[in-house]
Amino acid sequence: MARALMSNPGRWAGVGLILLGLCWTLAAQVAWAGDAQHFVRPGSKAATLGGCVEATPFMRRNHMELIKHQRDITVHQGIRGARYSLAGCIDCHVSHTADGQAVAINSKQQFCYACHAFAAVKVDCFDCHAAVPRGGPLSAAASGQGATSERDPRGE
Amino acid sequence: MMKHPDETIDQGRRDWFGLAAAATAAVAAPGVILHLASANTAPEAQPASSAVRWGLLIDTNKCTSGCRDCVDACDRENGLDLQTKPPTEAPTAWADQKAVWVRKVKLADGLTGRVTNLPLMCQHCEHPPCVDVCPTGASFKRADGIVMVDRHICIGCRYCMMACPYQARSFIHQPMHDQLTRVPRGKGCVESCNLCVSRRDHGLPSTACADACTAAGKGAIVFGDLKDPASPISLALKAMPSRQLREDLALNTGVRYKGV
Ligand code: SF4
Ligand code: SF4
Repeated sequence: MARALMSNPGRWAGVGLILLGLCWTLAAQVAWAGDAQHFVRPGSKAATLGGCVEATPFMRRNHMELIKHQRDITVHQGIRGARYSLAGCIDCHVSHTADGQAVAINSKQQFCYACHAFAAVKVDCFDCHAAVPRGGPLSAAASGQGATSERDPRGE
Repeated sequence: MMKHPDETIDQGRRDWFGLAAAATAAVAAPGVILHLASANTAPEAQPASSAVRWGLLIDTNKCTSGCRDCVDACDRENGLDLQTKPPTEAPTAWADQKAVWVRKVKLADGLTGRVTNLPLMCQHCEHPPCVDVCPTGASFKRADGIVMVDRHICIGCRYCMMACPYQARSFIHQPMHDQLTRVPRGKGCVESCNLCVSRRDHGLPSTACADACTAAGKGAIVFGDLKDPASPISLALKAMPSRQLREDLALNTGVRYKGV
């Protein structure tokens, strides 16, 4: 068998191609894994903190379960500002332009988009949820700062 | 049948684990209890309670024609002022379709000519038809009587809009961009007045509309707890005659009107 292989340059080329393919896939994975380190955006609050609300590997795999559970508690029971609130994720992970504008967290190369593009999973959250912190937990009127609109330049 | 040797229970080992777990719990427990106790005092950490029922009392005698202060305050509170007309939509269609949580309504008595002005929002029915008809459970009533839509489950069928006798609900037709963090809103879902639910969850005393009406010097809207006999709204309801709109439907609305 080995002799047959060695005597057949065409086969060798085939094996070489497969090996090359495997190496390339591995290299791509490693490159992506390297990128994943940088998905936490410089300038975001998260970049200055030692860790997320749970261990990072756990968050990578399970953040959606945490926020899905939290959303039911928040919408139906009215419990706010909890450990796993989506508003908390956005507050911490959003990055800013040079002039201090928040950048939509689901826009290209931002925290949510970067991993989700890699995993090929669509994020629906921001069809409804603000992709930048906007307005705070209470309105300006409610927190006694007068009746101002919270229209702000859109962070994109 | 003989047990596999691996499956027999080592009682000594078990006891040791039990002891270790108990010791860990003893060390950890005071911290845990402390943590829970401190978290529980914040209003936003308390679940909505059926010990209260939120409601509004609107004195139509004090509500004036042309005043829109409650509507504007609601728009600002919930980011409805951030809606923009889609370029493809005609202005008249947009006026019809854009989301409004509270509308100013004028009632005219054909016989006497008397005109009554009132703000009309979701009436927070005790027996809400919008909840009865919802096929997904998205339209629901919270423990504290607030009727709202869980947008995560809403499929946008709009049955609830048809069922509501007060036309209190709006549908979002176009992709949304400028939502507020505290009021997520998006295409394909129905929404309506939620009695400023984020204020409720933070334990604040009033709603945006009631505050604005008071600030305008009219004081036509009182917000409060219908279950607390000593609350200003309960005292006012006891002292003066008031009505539910379409009381023939026996929905026991949480919003009551004087002078209609
Ligand atoms: S007023 Fe309409 S939307 Fe509000 S609870 Fe009653 S039926 Fe539902
Ligand atoms: S539009 Fe949404 S809330 Fe209304 S009945 Fe349909 S699923 Fe329920």
